[in-house]
Amino acid sequence: MVAAIGVLLGALVNLSGPGHYVNWGFIQISYGNLIVIGLMVITFVAAIAIPFHRRGGRS
Amino acid sequence: MTATPQTDVASDPEVEKQWTTKIRKALVKALPPERLIPDRQPSYLSSWIYVFGALTIGALTWVIISGCVLALYGPTWWHTSSVGLFVNSTHLWSVELFFFFMVIHLWGKFFMAAWRGNRQLTWITGVVTFMISVGTAFTGYLSQTNFDSQWIATQAKDGINSTGAGAFFNVLNFGQMLMFHITLLPVAVLALTVLHVLMVRRRGIVPPFEVSAKPDATPAASAPAANEGGVA
Repeated sequence: MVAAIGVLLGALVNLSGPGHYVNWGFIQISYGNLIVIGLMVITFVAAIAIPFHRRGGRS
Repeated sequence: MTATPQTDVASDPEVEKQWTTKIRKALVKALPPERLIPDRQPSYLSSWIYVFGALTIGALTWVIISGCVLALYGPTWWHTSSVGLFVNSTHLWSVELFFFFMVIHLWGKFFMAAWRGNRQLTWITGVVTFMISVGTAFTGYLSQTNFDSQWIATQAKDGINSTGAGAFFNVLNFGQMLMFHITLLPVAVLALTVLHVLMVRRRGIVPPFEVSAKPDATPAASAPAANEGGVA
């Protein structure tokens, strides 16, 4: 039970090992940073695209 | 003896000359209460993209609260006790969210050219706050008191020294980095955030291009302090 909770609350990825990096020419970025940037872009697009429902439905 | 009516005091030339009266009048004129805490907002604010400034402040609030708790109990507590580890983690993750929300806020404001309508200083205070926040986070990583912070400090020292800043900003000096992290930089971030929000309240939130381009629009770039756009 405790182990299950530990798994649930722990990191989804084992962070104890060396980092993983994307190498593209002179560009080098860790997967962690790349994922966060991707999430920010997705959130940004979603914030513009998803309608904002207002209370009372006034226009 | 009867009390002097308030109106007589207000119109008293001696009172009018007082510096407190002048400052109060200037503040109320610059930021009337109805603009400071408005009841309604322009209709163009009905978009999720306008939420991220408030989310950034929300994350910053928890960063400061959890940071105060960490400062009260100290490194042994946050390294060894389960509650300390939890609070330390929430401090880290609220910082992650702070930057996450702030960057999206920045992107949104950049693409709507939020410096329009005499809002340059609002934009600039945001940019400066962002840069100081990076420094605050950096000194925070140096203040963890673990191998990670030692590694970051030894890696960073060469970069900092190459700029010449190492003469007065020594990343290997833990006491200096901690003081930067818990006093100077947070105070600067907080003060600039308050100033930024007050400027937003004073100038109003920048209208979209199509609203500000309408010739009959109340708002806009030419009259930034006016109540802009429709009312939500």
